[in-house]
Amino acid sequence: MTTTATSAGSAGPAVGFDPRTAIGTLELKNPVLTASGCAAAGRELGRLYDVAALGAVVTKSILRDARSGRPTPRMAETPSGMLNSIGLQGPGIDAFLAHDLPWLRDHGATAVVSIAGNDAAEFAELAGRLVDEPGVGAVEVNISCPNVANRGLVFACDPGSSAEVVSGVVDVVGGRVPVLAKLSPDVTDIVAIARACLDHGADGLAMVNTTLGMVVDTDTMRPVLAGVTGGLSGPAIRPIAVRCVWQVHAAMRRGDLRTAPIVGIGGILTGLDALQFVLAGASAVQVGTSTFHDPSAPLRVGAELAQALAARGFAGVADAVGHAHTVLAREGAR
Amino acid sequence: MSAVTGPAPAGVPAAETLGARDRRPDPVQVRCAVLANEPDGAYRRLVLDAGEAARRALPGQFAALAVGEPPTAMLLRRAVSIHAATPGDRRFDGADTLEIVVAPHGPGTEWVTRRRAGDVLDVVAPLGRPFPAPEVGAPTVLVGGGYGSAPLVWLARDLRDAGHRVDVVLGAASRDKLFGLEEAAAVVGPDLVHVTTDDGSAGLRGRVTDALAPLARDGVVVYACGPMAMLRAVHEVAAGAGGTSWLAVEESMACGIGVCMTCVLPVRGEDGVTRMTRSCVEGPTFDGDRVRWDAISIGPGGATSAVPADCLGAPVAAGKGH
Repeated sequence: MTTTATSAGSAGPAVGFDPRTAIGTLELKNPVLTASGCAAAGRELGRLYDVAALGAVVTKSILRDARSGRPTPRMAETPSGMLNSIGLQGPGIDAFLAHDLPWLRDHGATAVVSIAGNDAAEFAELAGRLVDEPGVGAVEVNISCPNVANRGLVFACDPGSSAEVVSGVVDVVGGRVPVLAKLSPDVTDIVAIARACLDHGADGLAMVNTTLGMVVDTDTMRPVLAGVTGGLSGPAIRPIAVRCVWQVHAAMRRGDLRTAPIVGIGGILTGLDALQFVLAGASAVQVGTSTFHDPSAPLRVGAELAQALAARGFAGVADAVGHAHTVLAREGAR
Repeated sequence: MSAVTGPAPAGVPAAETLGARDRRPDPVQVRCAVLANEPDGAYRRLVLDAGEAARRALPGQFAALAVGEPPTAMLLRRAVSIHAATPGDRRFDGADTLEIVVAPHGPGTEWVTRRRAGDVLDVVAPLGRPFPAPEVGAPTVLVGGGYGSAPLVWLARDLRDAGHRVDVVLGAASRDKLFGLEEAAAVVGPDLVHVTTDDGSAGLRGRVTDALAPLARDGVVVYACGPMAMLRAVHEVAAGAGGTSWLAVEESMACGIGVCMTCVLPVRGEDGVTRMTRSCVEGPTFDGDRVRWDAISIGPGGATSAVPADCLGAPVAAGKGH
């Protein structure tokens, strides 16, 4: 007998549990979102299931102009992960506003629009084009794409560059929708980058983007990816991502950082993976690479997370955010 | 009714019409019981109880399989072409079956070839655009390299039923790597099946293009599946004869459903603009005349694509505008 994986793979409803969460002023029906670059602009997943059931669809990063992306090969499978070197391929914001955003709106999806620019002014221009469009729930500022020609252009590797981009976007958005800064794990002190973003007005943090990696083909004896290096994602990087969320949330609890919602991202394949991020300090999570493995993963993780939280006695997501810090503090007090 | 699909609807915006000359059913994600797993030359032929996926599939579409015991360290789905879809398959108590042909290339596909009857596979199918229909009455030649011929028997049956002349050219390195010989002969007749092998262990010693060349004439429509070097050669023969070639590419894919942007190649759209185009949703079958062969390199590790300078969104040198 065949069963559709989307139903058979899901946990049942968690009775008495409130799955709602919030990222600043954006209220979400559940805490599991897609991750940028892993769901395009929702339409393809919409052929498999109702994207309105997701916490939100986070779009692939939108650029001002069309971009071809990199040559191929663009992908390599790695143990429990993959490398990608897409290079932000996309049709540009005009096509996004004409075709993709209306589709998301018509299908009842909450849209978190990821934006990427070559400089701070371009980020601000993109934010300005988006902020008053109906259906835009939040803007995620992709300052951390590793697939750029010059590592010096990864804004999220430098507090000053991060601050410049974020403040430009925040000024344009003017509080009308939440602004999330998406951080890179490839930094020495992620709290310093988080601080730069929050001090300059970011409403929340999306943590983390891929980490830079590479694979060499031992037959051809050259790098596998045409772009030589690529972003490593998937369960392989989950412990790095959980650690980043933990460090930033800990700084918030200490009072070293303004308290703001964290969206956890990195190798989430199951509800228990997502729970790790919540316990470390995330108010919501994004499911990325796992969507390639299991297109229904964002929905399934949502159901599994609700069950896991309910089973541990939490009435809602907010009650569990950062709970691992509380447990550790209690142990220290004894 | 023929499953070969009709022409594109008029008036679809150009940006969305790359290859949109045919209809395309939505895919489903299904957990499929393996009903049979038999050897076929160098390959394994698996029959899956695929329910809705089998009822929707059309010739030229593919399936994306999750591989490895969960939780698996191999995250990416393996794309395999669909050899047959048989709703109400009498061989299997009326189950709606999909038949796939798998070559063990690496740990993921090896895992698939070891599945036994009763094991379950997580399948997303049907994916990609079906083979487009030829002009009414056009002579057709179907060219398969190795197990690339897997989807062609199904297509041959539909083309034959629609009244086309159908020649089938099957080529491989050696006899054991040919696929579909007997089935093709049963559909089009043995005289219209032409075999080539690199080592001469079956049929003509040579390449598929050696057998294709005398069949290619003005107005011929060639359908081909196989490695990129073969597809390019087939295209050159077909185009040289004034014919059309529909080429099903074998790009490596991460998702198969259109979200990851890894399986791209440069293809000129109906609007004349070249884009890095997803083979999973705009393909896997492309018009050979639209593929930007000038940007594709074929080496020992497979085919790779550069970004043509006139591709939409290609990097622009500093100081040059669009």
